Amino acid sequence: MRHLISAGELSRDDALLILDTAEELARVSDRSIKKLPTLRGRTVVNLFFEDSTRTRISFEAAAKRLSADVINFSAKGSSVSKGESLKDTALTLEAMGADAVVIRHGASGAPHRLATWVHGSVVNAGDGTHEHPTQALLDAYSMRRRLGRLEGLKVAVVGDVLHSRVARSNVLLLHTLGAEVTLVAPPTLLPVSVETWPCQVSYDLDAVLPKADVVMMLRVQLERMNASYFPSAREYSRRYGLDRDRFAKLHDDAIVMHPGPMNRGMEISAEVADSPRSTIVEQVGNGVTVRMAVLYLLLGGSEPAIGGGA
Amino acid sequence: MSDVQNQAHAVLEGPDIHRALTRIAHEILERTKGAESVVLLGIPTRGATLARRLAERIAQFEGLKVPVGSLDITMYRDDLRLRPARPLGRTELPPDGIDGMTVVLVDDVLYSGRTVRAALDALNDVGRPRAVQLATLVDRGHRELPIRADYVGKNLPTSKAEKVKVYLEEIDGRDAVLLIKEEAR
Repeated sequence: MRHLISAGELSRDDALLILDTAEELARVSDRSIKKLPTLRGRTVVNLFFEDSTRTRISFEAAAKRLSADVINFSAKGSSVSKGESLKDTALTLEAMGADAVVIRHGASGAPHRLATWVHGSVVNAGDGTHEHPTQALLDAYSMRRRLGRLEGLKVAVVGDVLHSRVARSNVLLLHTLGAEVTLVAPPTLLPVSVETWPCQVSYDLDAVLPKADVVMMLRVQLERMNASYFPSAREYSRRYGLDRDRFAKLHDDAIVMHPGPMNRGMEISAEVADSPRSTIVEQVGNGVTVRMAVLYLLLGGSEPAIGGGA
Repeated sequence: MSDVQNQAHAVLEGPDIHRALTRIAHEILERTKGAESVVLLGIPTRGATLARRLAERIAQFEGLKVPVGSLDITMYRDDLRLRPARPLGRTELPPDGIDGMTVVLVDDVLYSGRTVRAALDALNDVGRPRAVQLATLVDRGHRELPIRADYVGKNLPTSKAEKVKVYLEEIDGRDAVLLIKEEAR
């Protein structure tokens, strides 16, 4: 595989290689000179058709710390708003000599299409409601750092699973790495095919919490909601929000995660988000490290060190 | 086609390696006048093990705890693009860093000198040592860069067709240096 498009296509060995590489790279972030010369002369294009702050900046920081040249491209104010197609944009980037394209797109499957048009590596930075593999990798990395293992870990993923590419990527990756995932959501916010996913499903957050080692809260994606999936924000929050009382039901070592951006007071209360057992801020830092590992393993050698096929 | 048969013979056995490291430890003490401000940095994997052994010996001889660590050079190699990206080794610097210290780099085999060049680049990014020296268990010649070792366990004349393989107790279960000849018959 020259590309990282789905967390599902990573083998256990590939996933562990990425996490172990990130572990070593984390030591670089602690020193005064954070830059490594490894990707000098390589060009990474950030191709963002959807708004994003942390993912784009995270990829940019990761590429720059490896000395790659970074070109940022956002659809707003570009030739895309003049009607250029994804394919023509891709060919333009190809002509500019991009070694890797990091793409965020509103349509599921856009990175997969892109990969058939360009010679460089394609990294999926979130496509529609499909996948967001580097988020799943950084989540797994954050869990392993805090709890020391992934095998047998009980992970509850709570909230808007239907619109969440983060949930799908996490279920696939965590299953590969031996963790047990339970999705918790109202029936209206679960995708129709969820019974085919390698995980458990529950509608009752209070029953799941006492057994969980990790609780991952998902953002309610109001911008993708074109119908009423629940009666009111307040009712959603009462049944599926993580507040102080629910937080108290977790066992003492359990951690709380959120991929960001958060709706404080909706899916997570401010008190829980700021608690020492929340990894929300450290997930951001870990994101840079994990993305450095991915870029290094895809671009660092004569050929990619992870995956096969495509 | 020709049959390729590997002939390996041990050029250093356990006791030889032991004696060579003991001598190097003494030489480091002598050259650095008591190893007061010395840091030993091994290049993973086997260089890091050798650095720890040298530190143990210096502690035995002088009762002095020399800071010891490891320096991974993978990200600084000049041949990265000739092979698939490889897994990283561990960089572990002593808590007080290397600024103003005499760094002794430790590696198992000195060959082209390219690993040491990469190590010098890597050092540049982690601090500013007062001086850098190089210790190697085996110097097999064929340098491609103007680099030489300050402390050598054994000078081993080799041809480029031969391979030198170092085995260490902590990693491989035994101590030995093998010279492997690939002979075409």
